[in-house]
Amino acid sequence: MLRQLHSLPGLFAALLVMLLAISGAILSVDPALERLNGTSTAVGQVNVGQLAGRVADHFPGVEQIQRTASGTVIVYFNQAGQVGAEKVDPLTGQGLAPYEPSTFSRWTKDLHRSLFLGTAGHGVAGAGALFMLMLAVSGALLLVRRVSGWRNLWRPLRGDFSQRWHAEAGRLAVLGLLLSALSGLYMCATTFDFIADGSQIEPALPDRISAGPALPVASLKALQATDLNDLRELVYPSPSNPQDVFSLRTARGDGYVDPVSGTLLSYQAHGSMHNLYELIYQLHTGEGLWWLGLLLGACALCVPLMSVTGIQMWWRRRQAGPDIRHNSTAQTADSVILVGTETNTTWGFACALHDALHQAGHRVHSAAMNQYTNDYISAQRVFILTATHGDGNAPASASQFLARLASAGLKPGQPFAVLGFGDRQFAQFCQFAHQVQEALLQAGGTPLMGLETINRQSSQEFARWGHALGEVLGQDLTLVHTPRQPQTHQLVLAQRIAYGEQVEAPTHVLRFKATGKLPDFEAGDLVGILPPGSPVPRFYSLACDSRDGVLEICVRKHKGGMCSEYLHGLHIGAPIEAFIQPNPQFRPASGAHPVILIGAGTGIGPLTGFIRNNKAHHPMHLYWGGRNPTSDFLYESELNHYLADHRLTALHAAFSQVSDRSYVQDRLISDAQVLRRLIEKGAQVLVCGGREMAKGVMLALDEVLAPLHLNVRTLKAQGRYREDVY
Amino acid sequence: MKKIIAATCLAGVIALPGVAQAREVTLTTQLKRYSGNDAYLAIYLTDATGQYQKTLWVAGKKAKYYKHLADWARGSKMSPSEFDGVSGASVGSGDTLKVSVELADTLIDAGYQIRIDSAVEDKRDARADVSVPLTSAGAGKPAAGNTYVESFTYDL
Repeated sequence: MLRQLHSLPGLFAALLVMLLAISGAILSVDPALERLNGTSTAVGQVNVGQLAGRVADHFPGVEQIQRTASGTVIVYFNQAGQVGAEKVDPLTGQGLAPYEPSTFSRWTKDLHRSLFLGTAGHGVAGAGALFMLMLAVSGALLLVRRVSGWRNLWRPLRGDFSQRWHAEAGRLAVLGLLLSALSGLYMCATTFDFIADGSQIEPALPDRISAGPALPVASLKALQATDLNDLRELVYPSPSNPQDVFSLRTARGDGYVDPVSGTLLSYQAHGSMHNLYELIYQLHTGEGLWWLGLLLGACALCVPLMSVTGIQMWWRRRQAGPDIRHNSTAQTADSVILVGTETNTTWGFACALHDALHQAGHRVHSAAMNQYTNDYISAQRVFILTATHGDGNAPASASQFLARLASAGLKPGQPFAVLGFGDRQFAQFCQFAHQVQEALLQAGGTPLMGLETINRQSSQEFARWGHALGEVLGQDLTLVHTPRQPQTHQLVLAQRIAYGEQVEAPTHVLRFKATGKLPDFEAGDLVGILPPGSPVPRFYSLACDSRDGVLEICVRKHKGGMCSEYLHGLHIGAPIEAFIQPNPQFRPASGAHPVILIGAGTGIGPLTGFIRNNKAHHPMHLYWGGRNPTSDFLYESELNHYLADHRLTALHAAFSQVSDRSYVQDRLISDAQVLRRLIEKGAQVLVCGGREMAKGVMLALDEVLAPLHLNVRTLKAQGRYREDVY
Repeated sequence: MKKIIAATCLAGVIALPGVAQAREVTLTTQLKRYSGNDAYLAIYLTDATGQYQKTLWVAGKKAKYYKHLADWARGSKMSPSEFDGVSGASVGSGDTLKVSVELADTLIDAGYQIRIDSAVEDKRDARADVSVPLTSAGAGKPAAGNTYVESFTYDL
């Protein structure tokens, strides 16, 4: 809901908001430029009487003196029918240059406030400010949700380019954008007279002035009593009208000055509405507050970046999302399908179930598990199809499901069925599906059938589950799932570096080149490779960025491992079919905090990629475990090279098949003091390798962290501990 | 291209005491080409000493900017009854404003003047941009303005 509140106005008004932001950013420079070119005077240094006297020496036909909020003094004069305007030096009254407002600034200003559309345009610009306000508020709430709490708002951010920079720019600029949007809305409201700006109340013109000759302007007491910094405008009496008076407008109020006696007449202080208007005008334009103007301008410049990255993210979400035909609403559906998936593959199964139920005459509603609400009024059955992410965690589209179920509850006795998707190779097979089953039972649901699991996207197992379900429903249900293959790229093997033959852990670093253009990826992303004859891809962590011009992986040969044997047997120049699966959670966070990289065996691959890209020389500490330094010290020379050029701060390698054998966990324990200091400095930990190693590392780090009253679980909750395990 | 803004004032008979005869007068104001937003104009009648008498036309709809038409603003005190029914849109650079107003015969050749105050946002305010005597002889003869007005003509 919150996301829709953010992305819909964002999409709808992206162009308008960008236009307002860019034009606003351009205008924001004006006050600073004006200030740079002007002469500022201290309070008490020059009064308006002095200034008027000096100006009179140089401009006999002066009609009006203006002082802008940024301090420029402008004199308007009419000498024998020749009119002119001149910027003057307030200290001498001498003309500096003819005053001609910049055409470009005026054009930009018109664009900014009315898009050259006159009154209607003011309305459009006001709507733009309203959109900006909605985007800033909903965006801030989304960001807080993403980092789980206000306190974590300044924690380093993760994600791909769009995700990271959208949020990064957002949190930097949100206050400035809120200020600009709110003050802009207020100014629009005053334009349409929805709010009074207090400027219409004019002091009454005095009835008559003292008799006698007019005094020299410099001797008028009321002008002497006004500091130049308070002056807004001084309008001289009309030369043809002997009864006329000076009009004096100041920052505090307006009145008239008797040219004979020099007294201030009919003075009227500005009302609170007027002062409010002036304050908000200043906050919006930065006039007289040049530094604020520049800050707001910088914030506004974040808007185009956020618009573009925002649209990109929306498009990607849309592309990734399922295309469900005949989706009934949550309230009318008799069958509800909720999907938990990390990579959207589970949606393929959900669609097959959806179609089959629809054809059997059911009204079916499918949604992501995160969209769970307790208003499936007509639902006779709820299906949960969910994968498990990482070490028994919820996948992306189900990350909030358990919390939502706990707060919204479940219809009493609601029949349900959970189908888990996973890979039996992993210890925590379908762990999250089990958690959901348990939670639904706790919430008072009635199982329609027992929890079933599907191993490795098996279409046969899925069809079997469909038959079982059909029996429960008393209908024939045929579930046909055709796995949707991601679009693959053809790559050819360009280079192979072999390690570990002597220690019975043959490991190859493989570098592929694209036959056409390399797809986009970063170190830490995954490449899915389809070995010939298998529809199921195997995933490997990438050890480099697409900018490096090659695709590099590190593969250890497993006995009977279909894909690793295939890759180890590839000849140079042989083609493979591969696709990229982004894994934005696993990469170093933005910012200069230290990074602790921990891995064993081929887990070194993405870690080396991170180090290779550490061109900003942030502190990076690598802990790695291998078997024997003479045989499987992967990337040894490259890592030494990075140590020398400071991309890598420290390298701690442990070897298990040498006389004083040690494991990477032992290295962590023996280096506990250094690690604690790094963690105290806000370091993040990235772990890559096998599941057993990851467990050992977690235990070792818990031991290391205990004196700090911290543990891995806390670091994980703070987003400072990330794993890529296999 | 010139845009002709024409408006006719039907009800604006100037009711000076003892006046019975009135006639329609056409006021044509052509603006110079300047860089800036549309101009606000006040066309009004003064006596020979420049004292405000009567508003003939106000171009510009936002009353909060009227104070920039300084002499007129002082004379009329910007009271809405002074310009009720004799106001219209502001006039753009290079455009022509053509309006017809009713004027009592006794005001002609009686020492009165027609004046125009003009103002453009963020630019100078011009008091008495135009100032011409209201005479039968001066009718139809263009008078030059000194700030935003290129020429002003009244046709009796």
